[in-house]
Amino acid sequence: MSESGSYYVPHGSKWPIIATIGVCTAMVGGSSLLNGNDMGKYILAIGLAMVVFMIVGWFSTVISESEDGMYDEQVDSSFRWGMIWFIFSEVMFFAAFFGALFYVRTYSLPWLGGEGTGLATNTFLWPEFENIWPSTANGPGEIGGDFKTMGAWGLPALNTAILLTSGVTLTWAHHALKEMKRMQLIIGLALTVALGAVFMYFQAVEYGHAFNDLNLNMGSGIYGSTFFMLTGFHGFHVTIGTIMLLVILGRSIYGHFNPKNHFAFEAVAWYWHFVDVVWLGLFIFVYWV
Amino acid sequence: MSSVVKDTHHDEHPSGIMRWITTTNHKDIGTLYLWFAMIMFFIGGLMALVIRSELFQPGLQFVDPQFFNSMTTMHALVMIFGVVMPAFTGLANWMIPIMIGGPDMALPRMNNWSFWIMPFAFSMLLSTLWMDGGAPAGGWTLYPPLSLQTGDAFPFLIFAIHFMGLSSIMGAINIVATILNMRAPGMTLMKMPLFVWTWLITAFLLIAVMPVLAGGVTMLLTDKFFGTSFFNAAGGGDPVMFQHIFWFFGHPEVYILILPSFGVVSAIIPTFARKPLFGYSSMVYATASIAFLSFIVWAHHMFTVGMPLAGEVFFMFATMLIAVPTGVKVFNWVTTMWKGAMTFETPMLFAIGFIVMFTIGGFSGLMLAITPADFQYHDTYFVVAHFHYVLVPGSIFAIMAACYFWLPKWTGNMYPETLGKIHFWLSTFFVNLTFFPMHFVGLAGMPRRIPDYSLQFADYNMIASIGAFGFGFAQLIFLYLIIKTIKGGSKATDQVWEGAEGLEWTLSSPPPYHSFSTPPVIK
Repeated sequence: MSESGSYYVPHGSKWPIIATIGVCTAMVGGSSLLNGNDMGKYILAIGLAMVVFMIVGWFSTVISESEDGMYDEQVDSSFRWGMIWFIFSEVMFFAAFFGALFYVRTYSLPWLGGEGTGLATNTFLWPEFENIWPSTANGPGEIGGDFKTMGAWGLPALNTAILLTSGVTLTWAHHALKEMKRMQLIIGLALTVALGAVFMYFQAVEYGHAFNDLNLNMGSGIYGSTFFMLTGFHGFHVTIGTIMLLVILGRSIYGHFNPKNHFAFEAVAWYWHFVDVVWLGLFIFVYWV
Repeated sequence: MSSVVKDTHHDEHPSGIMRWITTTNHKDIGTLYLWFAMIMFFIGGLMALVIRSELFQPGLQFVDPQFFNSMTTMHALVMIFGVVMPAFTGLANWMIPIMIGGPDMALPRMNNWSFWIMPFAFSMLLSTLWMDGGAPAGGWTLYPPLSLQTGDAFPFLIFAIHFMGLSSIMGAINIVATILNMRAPGMTLMKMPLFVWTWLITAFLLIAVMPVLAGGVTMLLTDKFFGTSFFNAAGGGDPVMFQHIFWFFGHPEVYILILPSFGVVSAIIPTFARKPLFGYSSMVYATASIAFLSFIVWAHHMFTVGMPLAGEVFFMFATMLIAVPTGVKVFNWVTTMWKGAMTFETPMLFAIGFIVMFTIGGFSGLMLAITPADFQYHDTYFVVAHFHYVLVPGSIFAIMAACYFWLPKWTGNMYPETLGKIHFWLSTFFVNLTFFPMHFVGLAGMPRRIPDYSLQFADYNMIASIGAFGFGFAQLIFLYLIIKTIKGGSKATDQVWEGAEGLEWTLSSPPPYHSFSTPPVIK
């Protein structure tokens, strides 16, 4: 609650409008590209460049304001609420794709295989189809042809260990920050970034294995659709998280943050733990069971 | 760059167009939202008039069926995402910081971004009208496989929805952060005006469901362009799954469109009845109950798709349960008026009109909730009548009531009362002329989203079309009245209305650029 009249309300800012124009340009470019217009990729690139420029500029402004001591506890609290609810919105975004996965496994595929109300569908439309998850999960039309599914106990299990470890190193860094052990903070963050990068590398290797050896891609029916959509969006989030950690690492080396004032660190840490938890869901429901 | 609110010389603001483009002020942004909604209201209204012109008589008169379907689709998208949602966000921006005694919104720069996305997203959406293959014509619900047959408009449609979703989520996060963090000392949660409460709950719904819509339309996009099989049975997916995802978003969405109205009406009725709101805490709990129930009723939009019987029964009873908290609200408004010293200024007329006509929409909703009956009503004009009763004399009337109620506060000028009353009576007459006959043709079996109809429906359709044009032209009075009030008029006092209570009435009319530089004392 407001204790004093000193809440920081910034004067006009040019960043939001740059953000809007950048995102809009990227979307128009992307749409044109999807519609088969080659100019689209240049428009898309310009838009994305504007977005990157905006992100760097906007965050620089906020970081310098923070370092200048313009933010009191109440502003800090606004940021915290903002980040918490942003992460909640991300949870719901992933929920849509997990929901799709559960729906097809619980309803669509069994119905296509003749269970429940799907008896007539199976008998008259897809008489040969038998529902065996995941091996027949490219549907009765066998969309994408023969494919093999991704096992859980090779790279995915290793990646699980890597992400869980990165959560530990990040927490270690957080404790160091609170106790003002700068060197331990930097080492902890650097380890976390490195683990994130290794995770991404292994994901890339796994995708290569899927494409080249398993004939598994986004077009491999609903198995390929859910597999690549979930792991792809998760990988994208890990990439963003790693970039955010890098920024925090840079700021830590530069001497930012103190035991009382380090919202940015905590926000990134929350985000990283969120990405971590999503991975656990992925490992269990996409790779394992 | 830096400024601190307590410095009085910062009350000045930049002038010209850059003031509006770069503004971080909640009142400026609120004004922008409201004007944006007003412009989109007339664009969406024109689309409705194209529909009603074509349906004036049976047969094909003015437009080809594809364009007719584009009009129904775009009318819905514009009115939902471009009018009702931004209008309520505009009201939230203007009123919430004032009502809770805060200096501004919690995250002012993000607030600016939330607004400026809207004109760009809608430019993208409206530009599809001129594209190869025409604007989206598969209905605003975007059901595959029909929506996947959209032409060049398709990716623009999907990205425009992503963009609007981004705006809504950020706007909602900002409102939650503001309400939780910017209240003046002593403004406990249970002292907040109901408009603030209803918006807090609405914002929660927005953050919970807009990302689900984003996920759903992303799956549409990858199904069309990247070979996925989410909604393709041959690949193991299911087109009905899209309907589940869509309505998991879509049902809370309809409460997003109505809950802030409840807040507005709960502010207006006590003012003109000169009595405190009856059952304040039960109003809060009822709003929260409606929000909770909104997550477990979505499949009542899909009774005819062939769900298992258990699903039909569950969603029927869960839906009928919503009538309980909604009934609590209607009861409380009526009880607030009971034995009150009532006067009937324009905002009060719109609020009472809201209660009566929203309740009619609520009752037809209850009819639709009954699964076996819904098999007759599904996809007919009865459904159209139902949701227009809750959205036009519901949400739109509440927005208009709010505009009349707070316009003197915003501008410092009183609006012309007689003209406002004329606007109300014309709107009320014509809105009923438009939508009431739709109940009859719907029950008789006239299907939605078809540009032609059987001869037996001709009379009622002609009446509905006359009503639609009357309602449309009546809104020009509203536009004229607002511009006139902004330009001048008799000066409004700080309290404006005799029975008005709340922090917004303690500030000057119009309020200072930064609302509460020092937090007010809460009684």
